Amino acid sequence: MINKVYADNAATTSLSKEALDAMMPYLTEYYGNPSSLYSLGVKSRQAVENSREIVAKCINAEPKEIFFLSGGSEADNWAIKSAAQLCAKKGKKHIITSKFEHHAVLHTLDALKKQGFEVTYLDVHEDGIVRPEELEKAIREDTALVTIMFANNEIGTIQPVKEIGEICKKRGILFHTDAVQAVGTIPVDAKEIGCDLLSMSAHKFHGPKGVGALFIRKGLRFDNFIDGGAQESNRRAGTENVAGIVGMSVALKHSCEIMSERNSRLEKMRDRLIDGLLKIDRSRINGDRVRRLPGNVNMCFHGIEGESLLLSLDLKGISASSGSACTSGSLDPSHVLLAIGLPHEVAHGSLRLSFSDNNTEEDIDYILEVIPQIVSTLRAMSPLWEKIIKNEKNI
Amino acid sequence: MAYSEKVMDHFANPRNVGELPDANGVGEVGNSRCGDIMKMYIKVENNIIVDVSFKTFGCGAAIATSSMATELIKGKSVDDALKLTNKAVMEALDGLPPVKVHCSVLAEQAIKAALSDYYRRQGIDPEPIVGKIPEHDEHDEACGV
Repeated sequence: MINKVYADNAATTSLSKEALDAMMPYLTEYYGNPSSLYSLGVKSRQAVENSREIVAKCINAEPKEIFFLSGGSEADNWAIKSAAQLCAKKGKKHIITSKFEHHAVLHTLDALKKQGFEVTYLDVHEDGIVRPEELEKAIREDTALVTIMFANNEIGTIQPVKEIGEICKKRGILFHTDAVQAVGTIPVDAKEIGCDLLSMSAHKFHGPKGVGALFIRKGLRFDNFIDGGAQESNRRAGTENVAGIVGMSVALKHSCEIMSERNSRLEKMRDRLIDGLLKIDRSRINGDRVRRLPGNVNMCFHGIEGESLLLSLDLKGISASSGSACTSGSLDPSHVLLAIGLPHEVAHGSLRLSFSDNNTEEDIDYILEVIPQIVSTLRAMSPLWEKIIKNEKNI
Repeated sequence: MAYSEKVMDHFANPRNVGELPDANGVGEVGNSRCGDIMKMYIKVENNIIVDVSFKTFGCGAAIATSSMATELIKGKSVDDALKLTNKAVMEALDGLPPVKVHCSVLAEQAIKAALSDYYRRQGIDPEPIVGKIPEHDEHDEACGV
């Protein structure tokens, strides 16, 4: 079946034509190394620096605060590991995070725990939102770093990053936010948040894969993650991914320009889809309905399992995901859904639909036509559904 | 995750789905916590499985292995059905991804559970014939096999 409706934009997005067109010259005639002195190299250098200015402007930062790298996971690893080492020198070895961070954050923290760091995981409650007052209570004398995501990748809930930033500033603690799902999707203002470190990834906003950036607040000096040449102000070695960086900046600029108009359209589509899917018997929306990304819908349908739902959707030409793309292949239900308190059997039946500017009202119509049929077919063959119905009759 | 064409065929067009009203052996294995429950219904006449059906809550592989298992034992003798292994189910489906091998184990166990129930209804202790079937435990922490 062909890809009729692509509804997995939180996993990745298509490369925009603007980004591809801007990248092409750097994949063909302008192949110079940005570190070379001759004109061909200078051309590449200019492209990288111009891109840095654009990306900085989009998140209200300064160009020298933007460091290009390979993507969100590298940004998270660098930010957290280096910030932790910096603070460890001052004897601070406690880190605060939330229970439902991306694995790039959680697994990085696991690695740090093996080195003697202590980690506190904040509850995200049923609505999928961290409480700033609980963060305040969790802060200790030796707290080095707070790392809390801007918006969750599975259920799309937006965190109170500004309040978190204020608390961290007041207490003199470094604040990193994984903003991979937020940058290019909703307004992100690094100065307003007051964060020290912010991760972003190009392929979430119609840029190319394999490129991203870390915002490092000026004045913050910490260890390099990749040692080698003098690229990225001596902070991140390796010849720059020139075409990727150019594609990232063009895609981000476009995404920010159309943001307000696009988001009001996506929010309407999202809300219509949620309302339509909630009409299905024993279905639920995961995460706060209002404080969520404009293109995110995450639902559970009792009595069915997520993968069989996804395969059935794929047979109808709808690309969606259950949990995040990074965890498919694992037998465990989503740690995000468990974190918001869902029981295992319900968490197994989750569906994430995520939309971008390319989606239309017709896509929503089609999804609303297909999903109720699939849910009813799968429930008809589900012994769990049989039990749910039977138990209810007994009550 | 890449499934074979046969897995996708059995997932998209599952054979022998639903309840069997006149079944004389019904077995259920797996648990909802782990995301797979398989329920098998068999009708045995003169030592032959004359009809079989299933209901499954689970992933694509769980549905496909259930469907294939029913096909493999339909019309066979009880003795032949007892010999069905998870490996045979997997081979008939042209293989399964490594993380899904436990689904074929579950399919084998579901058939054995249905056969055990059949023996029990005949007043025969199934354990010496069928062997022990893992407990159907809703609170089992370890998922997969």
